[in-house]
Parts: sequence; C-alpha cells; structure tokens
Amino acid sequence: MTKHVVLVEDETNIAEAIRFLLGREGWRVETLANGSNAADVIRAGMPDLVMLDVMLPGKTGFEVLAELRNDPACADLPVLMLTARGQARDRDQAMQAGVSRFMTKPFANEEMLAAVRDLTAGRVG
Amino acid sequence: MLSLKQSDLARRVGISASYLNLIEHNRRRIGGKLLLDIADVLAVEPQALTEGAEAALLGSLREAALAAKLSDEDAARAEAFAGRFPGWAEALAASQRRIAALERTVENLSDRMAHDPHLAASMHELLTTAAAVRSTAGILAGSEALEPEWQHRFHTNIDADSRRLADSAQSLVSYLEHDESAQSGGQSPQEEVETYLEAHRYHFQTLERGSGAGEIDTLLAPEEEQMTGAARFILRGVLEQMAQDAQVLALSALENAIKGTTPDPVALARSFNVPVAVVLRRLASLPALVAGLVVCDRSGTVIFRKSVDGFSVPRYDTCCPLWPLFASLCAPGSVLYERVGQLGRGQVQFDAYATADLAQAPDYNAPALSRAVMLLLPVPAGNTSLPARAVGATCRICPRDACAARREPSILTG
Repeated sequence: MTKHVVLVEDETNIAEAIRFLLGREGWRVETLANGSNAADVIRAGMPDLVMLDVMLPGKTGFEVLAELRNDPACADLPVLMLTARGQARDRDQAMQAGVSRFMTKPFANEEMLAAVRDLTAGRVG
Repeated sequence: MLSLKQSDLARRVGISASYLNLIEHNRRRIGGKLLLDIADVLAVEPQALTEGAEAALLGSLREAALAAKLSDEDAARAEAFAGRFPGWAEALAASQRRIAALERTVENLSDRMAHDPHLAASMHELLTTAAAVRSTAGILAGSEALEPEWQHRFHTNIDADSRRLADSAQSLVSYLEHDESAQSGGQSPQEEVETYLEAHRYHFQTLERGSGAGEIDTLLAPEEEQMTGAARFILRGVLEQMAQDAQVLALSALENAIKGTTPDPVALARSFNVPVAVVLRRLASLPALVAGLVVCDRSGTVIFRKSVDGFSVPRYDTCCPLWPLFASLCAPGSVLYERVGQLGRGQVQFDAYATADLAQAPDYNAPALSRAVMLLLPVPAGNTSLPARAVGATCRICPRDACAARREPSILTG
C-alpha cells in the first residue's frame, strides 16, 4: 500500500522539494498551503504522517495540531513539525501540544528523511 | 596618584585611549614596558596596577566555579589554582568572560526579537528561504540522476530562492543599519532621553544653582530640533525632578557628608531631613560613586534608568520581579536594603537601596501614584560582609531553573 503524507506548508519551493524527496521514497504526498481546513483534510484522509509548518495562513500549525490531538482518532497520528521558529519556547509549546517530532528550518534532507522513517517505522510497510 | 585624564595618560604612554580603556577594565593584560611606563606616569608601584587584574582573574574563576556548580571547597581553591597553573587559569577566565559576553549578546538579540515584529518577521523569511535553498540544493547535488524536467524545475526554484535570500538579507541589513543610526540619534523617546542624560553625565550645573522652570526651558530649547516631542516630554519630567531635588539637597553638601565613607542613605536622609528617595536620586548623580538608578511607576514599568556595568535593566522586556525595586512598591514608606547580584553577569554585586514615594501632590480620593526608586551601589570585589541575593534581568535569559518568580522558560536552559 502506498504511504500517504499530508504536508501543510505554504512555502511552495520547500513543499516541492519535500514532495520530490518523499515521492522518490514511495510516498504519496498531499500538499496544503493553508492551515484553515488542514485538520479536516487530515481527518478525512487519515494519512500515515503529517508534516506541519507553524507559520501558516488561516490557522497556525499549533492550532492545527491542537485540533488533531483533540480528536481521539488522530491522537496517535505522527506529526512532524517543521519551523523556522526554533526557540526553546516554541519547541516546548510544540511538545506540550503533542507534536511527535520538532525540526527547525533550514534542515538537511537526510535529517528530514530519517525523521520520517523513524516516525513511521512499524506503521507503514 | 596623579590626577590625569585618561586621554592624557594614553597619549603619554603611546597607546590609544580605547586600548587604555580595555586595560582599565581588565580586558587586556599588561606587562613589561607598558606596565612600567604607566606606573611611571602615574607615580605608583607597578604592582599596584596589576592587583586589579588579579582580582578580576579570581573573580572570573569564581564565576566559572559557580557556573560549573563546583562545591564551595573546590571553588575556594581558585587562588591556589591560579598560582599553580597561571596559563590555564587565564584561559579558563577568558572563556568565562567570553561566555558572559555571548550571553549578553543573546540577551540583547532575544530582547529585540521578542519585541521587534519586523526583525522577527525578517528572520523568519530569511530562515524559510534558506530552508528552501538548502533542500533544493541538496537534491541537485545528490548522487541520484534527476529527470530533466525535475532538474529544470529545481534549477529555476533555486535561482528564484537565491535571489530572494539575497534580497531578504539585504533588507535585514538595511533595517538594522537604519535602526542603529536612528538609535544613535535616539529612536525610542526613553533612549533619546538616556543618550542626552549620559552626554551630560546626569548633571546640570544650572539646575543646581537655579530654581527650575526657566533653567529647564533654557536646557530644552536647543533640543527642539534634535529630539522628538515625546522625548522632550519625558526629559522635562526628569529635569523637573532633578531641579526639585537640587533645591532640597545640594550636591556639594552631599559630597561632603559622604567623603571617605560608604554612603548610608537613611542616615543621610535623617541628617538632611529629606525623603530617602531624594537621597537615592542625588547619590546616583554623583559621578564619583558610579551608581545605577532605576525608577518604576505603580504598574512596575521602568520610567528611568541610569545604567551601571554589571546590572542589566531590560530595555524591551519585563524585569525580574525579585529586584528590591518592586518589593518597595508593596511597602511604601519602607526603605529596603539588600545586596544583589545578577546571575550570569560576572561577579559584580550591588548594594541595592529601594523605597517608594508618591509621584503627585496629595488630593482627596486620588489614586496613590506610588513610584519606586532603587539605587545600585557597586560592592568592591572581595567584600563579603553581606550575603547576596541572586536576581535576574528578565526570565527569558535567566539561567536559574528553580525560581518561584519565573514567568516563562529561559532560552538559555532550553
């Protein structure tokens, strides 16, 4: 079965690079550039992984994450947060909000791919 | 010791005034001929000049011991360590000073990042674009062959992002340069006032002599073009306070009273029959004391600061609530006296005196607009006659983990 990731990222070229990198590893990448309906799309599609930017139009990544964690069906969904806001308090806020992994931009592609593999090990085949 | 201007001394020993300044603040070690020359010009023994440097070295080592959470027993061996391994001791002390300097840089930048939306947005834009460039470049440089269509797309993307990165960086630099030049002329009204007061060394002879209003107008007149209206408003308030204080307590009388002694604000207030707040403000304006002064209003907002090395008063952030300044707001009429030292700011300690008085004339049922004043007198190195309370500057850059007053996590421990 094809692995499915929802990538919520408003920066087109970052989204394109990630789409390419994950596509090469066999992922189906669904991209969203807006936070406002992200939680609905994720709940409807139930992907294997969510990649979430923080500073998004519509809703912030923190708000989207909170919506997901409030839904029992998405409570365990792996969420990888990618953000240029790398301060300790942002990381703390993300951890408290239930993020699975927090990664700061700019990131190395290998680092991002390793995080994706870690988060989905045993969940997808 | 001869009374000599710093610039004259520098000229006579053949070095720049700024280099001499570094030596004076123990940021450069001296020895050999330069040490002998300076001692000669000042007519003192060379050893007298190196004592300060040794005290600074030991102070830095003690600070390093504190940061490394060494036991008291180990920390007390600083002097023995410096004697046995002078080179290592110097290296360790230099690292400790470097850490302190970097912490101050972090402090300033984080202070600005938190309260300068433009700077925060610019940094976000820069990091986001850098992320796009890095990721795309990583793909292009990868070992796997790319289909021509993808290759073309990524080349186009990286070209666009590189331009964007260059533009963002350029715009950030312009913003910072503009901000710097604007600030040197005084950007925020508070900063304009501080620059003005520092340039006058917090002392105005005309206010010492005169009765106030006319002199203040004369002082403010040339600033009509130089300062913003808001800054002139604040400055007028400060000068009025100075004039009022000068009328009730002459600086010359105060200087005579404290000659050869450590100032005791309460005793001085009794002796001159003036409120303690007046004594604190007047002591702060004596250049010989190198004292700091912080004033806040009833909301805890800092409305006046006279900076002193070793005690940071955040410009854009909220202050540490452990300062006696804020405690005195809760105890109007009391005079609080406590020895304090800011964590991570070297070994400088201060005797802090704080009291609160009313900022306005009495009126029926009027809100009591208390205003707290805190004087900071540097404690000579090695004076341990009182235990010092560790306080911070602001929570965001305070390394103290367990603090009942903490409002938010520190970025230094995250």
